Amino acid sequence: MKRSVIRLENVWKVYKMGDTHVNALQGLHLDIKEGEFLAIMGPSGSGKSTAVNMIGCLDVPTKGRIMLDQHDISRLDESELAQIRGRKIGFIFQQFNLIPTLTALENVTLPMIFQGTGEGERISRAKKLLGLVELGERIYHKPTELSGGQQQRVAIARSLANDPEVILADEPTGNLDSKTGSIVIDFLKRLHKADGKTIIMVTHDAALSRVAERVEFLKDGKIVKSLNNK
Amino acid sequence: MIYDYFKVGISNLIHRKMRSWLTMVGIFIGIAAVVGLISLGQGMEEAIKNIFFQIGSDKLLVTAKTGQRFSGPPGSSAAANLTTHDMAAIKRVNGVDKVGGRLIKSAKLEFNREVRFYFVASMPDDQEGRELVTAANRYEAESGRLLKRGDRFKAVIGHDVANKGIFKTKRIELGNKIKISDVDFEAVGILKKSGNPQQDRVIIIPEDALREVLGIDEDALDVIAVQAAKGVDINQASQNIERELRRERDVEEGKEDFEIQTPQQILETLGNILTMVKIVLIGIASISLLVGGIGIANTMYTAVLERTKEIGIMKSVGAQNKDILIIFLIESGLLGLTGGAIGVGIGMGLSKLVEIAATNFLGTSLIKAFFPWYLILGALTFSFLIGAISGLLPARQAALLKPVDALRYE
Ligand SMILES: Nc1ncnc2c1ncn2[C@@H]1O[C@H](COP(=O)(O)OP(=O)(O)OP(=O)(O)O)[C@@H](O)[C@H]1O
Ligand SMILES: [Mg+2]
Repeated sequence: MKRSVIRLENVWKVYKMGDTHVNALQGLHLDIKEGEFLAIMGPSGSGKSTAVNMIGCLDVPTKGRIMLDQHDISRLDESELAQIRGRKIGFIFQQFNLIPTLTALENVTLPMIFQGTGEGERISRAKKLLGLVELGERIYHKPTELSGGQQQRVAIARSLANDPEVILADEPTGNLDSKTGSIVIDFLKRLHKADGKTIIMVTHDAALSRVAERVEFLKDGKIVKSLNNK
Repeated sequence: MIYDYFKVGISNLIHRKMRSWLTMVGIFIGIAAVVGLISLGQGMEEAIKNIFFQIGSDKLLVTAKTGQRFSGPPGSSAAANLTTHDMAAIKRVNGVDKVGGRLIKSAKLEFNREVRFYFVASMPDDQEGRELVTAANRYEAESGRLLKRGDRFKAVIGHDVANKGIFKTKRIELGNKIKISDVDFEAVGILKKSGNPQQDRVIIIPEDALREVLGIDEDALDVIAVQAAKGVDINQASQNIERELRRERDVEEGKEDFEIQTPQQILETLGNILTMVKIVLIGIASISLLVGGIGIANTMYTAVLERTKEIGIMKSVGAQNKDILIIFLIESGLLGLTGGAIGVGIGMGLSKLVEIAATNFLGTSLIKAFFPWYLILGALTFSFLIGAISGLLPARQAALLKPVDALRYE
């Protein structure tokens, strides 16, 4: 049995909007093992992004526990959560979320600044990562000077900056056509296979979910179906 | 790490819109006022200190009452003259060590066929007086020598006088002849530049010669310099002299026709005027700095809103609250610093302008712009701090944003 990296135990997320309550997550259980490739599927509004944000320590549950390496993260303060985000987790977003005023290279070095990595090391590592996603020629370009697929590859390089254990990708191909999308997926596959990263990917596309070893189906903030692809 | 944050801050500043720069107007008006004020104030104090403190704190000056203190060199206006008898009386006063009498007269000067009317000062012929006057004025020869016993028609020339300050056509060299009241005097020495305009524009000749060529009474004096004995309180000495002179000159208390100036007194009076001016200007400066600070706070709030998403991104890649706080503080600090730098420039320009205007139109060299490094550095640090303090609340707001909420913001 493999070590569990992240475990969600009976996690609830309730948004209060005036008088109405939106239950984005309703008692979600999820156990993510080291080195596994997990896909999360489900209809819009089913709570996938909310779940991923919880896993990535961007958000805290209303109720329930999130265990990271057997530690309850609800006990951690904001700066400790930031440390975890910086070191252990790499995010890839549907909207790429690059900083528009920074070049590709600077975007990739950014996570390392917050870990206090020296400038020389930052730059050489960022160049290497951009080479890995085949953007070695475009390191001084701003996001607006790059295509969607290229921007998402910069985001992949950025997610790897601090060599995290876990990569979280929330609909990484949602804004891309199927061809460029599959290139992005190929990179994720490679990270999983070659580097043993734990990958959690949200997708709407059943075809893409087949690259994952396991698929969890979410509905109304709960797992309704699990599928093992192994 | 802080260095990296500065880089981020600078990059953010570069990408700012024009309107956010305009809000710094308050900062640079404020800083310009502060710099101009301090630079002129310091310069003035410096100049005044130069003039009066070189006399030394153990020395005082006795002059005939002129009514107006700053109308010209002491003794230059017509008034009841001091006499050598007064000097002798002062010499006898308890607590007085040395005395030296001087004449300062306006005379017709001629050099290289250029005629000017300007002041000529005497150097006492006695040893004690010469020593005291030389020490009190810190006369030092740049070339040639000072006057000595037995000199007759010799002159020592102030630095500016020698360098076309009065005679515009030619510099005065050692050995040159200058006509004073149509009598030839030989330049035997040129004084070092003192920075005190009165001293740099002096022509000194022996007392006897001055009396002779200008036809001055044998016992008349314009200024009596006094040095108090060691360990004697200068104010006490001043009171003793006043009492003695009242008796000698037969005047009632409160109706003195002479004046005793200690360097401290003069400095105090001038200091009070300067302080008043400073208070007014500081008031203006603080109001503009306040306005400037509010302007910076305002643009920083806007920046936080505009960059909410970026803050979310930075948090998602591991920025802690304190990182965001520091980045925004540095940015607003740099905003203040930029405003401050412009302000320092404007302030320096303004005070230089005032200096030039004062010399050209008022003819006073008392107003000098003075830019010590600590003023510039202090003003820059201060403007950075104002910027940072103004950015404190917006930066805090940015730092406390919840990562998910910030990321969702469009
Ligand atoms: N900040 C919020 N305030 C109020 N309601 C929210 C907030 N964030 C999410 N929700 C609600 O929570 C539910 C789950 O949202 P979530 O974004 O997790 O869905 P999703 O599965 O990612 O959907 P999609 O596929 O469209 O991205 C939705 O009903 C949404 O409206
Ligand atoms: Mg979503």
